[in-house]
Amino acid sequence: MSWTIIQQSIPVFVQAFWLTLKLSFYGIIGAIIVGLIASFLRYFKVPVLRQISAAYTEISRNTPLLIQLFFIYYAFPEIGIKISATAAGISGLIFLGGSYMAEAIYGGLQGVAKIQVESGLAIGLSRGQLARYVVFPQGLTLSVPAIAANVIFLIKETSIFTVIAIPELTNTALDQIGLYYHTDESLFVLVIAYAIILIPLSLALTWLERRARRGSFGN
Amino acid sequence: MATPLLQVEHLEKSYGDVHILHDINLTIATGSVTVLLGPSGSGKSTLIRCLNGLEDFQSGQLTFSGQPVTPNAKTWQQLRQKIGMVFQSYDLFPNLTVLDNILLGPLKVQHRSKAEAQEQAVKLLKEVGLADYQDAYPRQLSGGQKQRIAIVRALALNPEFMLFDEVTASLDPEMVRGVLEVLRNLAQQKMTMLVVTHEMNFAREIADQVVFLEEGHILEQTPGQQFFANPQTERAQIFLNSMDF
Repeated sequence: MSWTIIQQSIPVFVQAFWLTLKLSFYGIIGAIIVGLIASFLRYFKVPVLRQISAAYTEISRNTPLLIQLFFIYYAFPEIGIKISATAAGISGLIFLGGSYMAEAIYGGLQGVAKIQVESGLAIGLSRGQLARYVVFPQGLTLSVPAIAANVIFLIKETSIFTVIAIPELTNTALDQIGLYYHTDESLFVLVIAYAIILIPLSLALTWLERRARRGSFGN
Repeated sequence: MATPLLQVEHLEKSYGDVHILHDINLTIATGSVTVLLGPSGSGKSTLIRCLNGLEDFQSGQLTFSGQPVTPNAKTWQQLRQKIGMVFQSYDLFPNLTVLDNILLGPLKVQHRSKAEAQEQAVKLLKEVGLADYQDAYPRQLSGGQKQRIAIVRALALNPEFMLFDEVTASLDPEMVRGVLEVLRNLAQQKMTMLVVTHEMNFAREIADQVVFLEEGHILEQTPGQQFFANPQTERAQIFLNSMDF
């Protein structure tokens, strides 16, 4: 393994690093928004929309991201929907992550103790007030660990973007190998780059989980 | 007898095929304390929960303050401001401070002014000896403190009727006294109350009326002194003998 080759490849990897972060960021924010909407539809048992969201969840969770990306990037243009690779990647990540986030958030809402609901009702709160002041604050806190796990999962899934030629980290490493046969060096830098993103993030999320738990609970 | 605050007539309740409450008839006078006694599984909790709509029932008529109760979500939501309830578990909202727990109902349900509601909340907290805990979170409190605050939270809505479902049952013995003291004061202030308890000495002291329930049937509904001195049914006699007090 040559340090000179590693040094030379750093600039392209830095670019890929920021792109990976950017795609992950938009994808995760979008997934959380979709997850919130889908879980609220389910919680409030909104007719029709709830069934649509259930169908979406099934499709999203039971198909690989690879296939979802192929659809968005290669099949949608056939019916006139044409978007850039970057937009397709983010959309794919949102499509996949939305259902995972929905499950995580709904799980949290389900985890709020029944007695909490009953004591809210007992002081005369309406269903909506109960959700707003009691169930959602507690349920969202409960769902933090599952949301955090999904955040890590979604960042790793960006490596699949390589199939639609987005120059993120994995694609860049494969490119370097293909162009110069610098296999060892490229894979080494790739691993380091993911570690730089994921390890501090994972630690931060663990800290957040602990805070969330302590912040609101503990009878 | 004064006008009854609550009248229950021919209430029947079952879960599927299991019949829980049989032909419950109950009269609760304004300003009186009714203690609901009976072995575990006799339906005490179910009955008390039927009285503020946390459980539905198959048939029967409730009359509150002379008004027949139509059991639907809207009616119950209104009535729950007048019928307070405190549960066995300390059920404060862990995401809110003590004061916010208490003010949630008065502000969001009754739309009262913050200044006025807060003044009352502080006064009630003083009465239960917890005026210094306004800004604490429930996790920082002991079980007994939480339970007293749960009582204050219910009282903050100025209810006409209070339901207490075994409110001391999961407290440490030394915490029980403080909570019973709060109930005793309420009784002295002529709050109408229905109390489920296993604290027999307390029951004897506080009960204007005892309702003895077994297997979903009311076996006795008699004045408190009479029940403890001279229970009418053999079953109640056995129950009293089995209790260590």
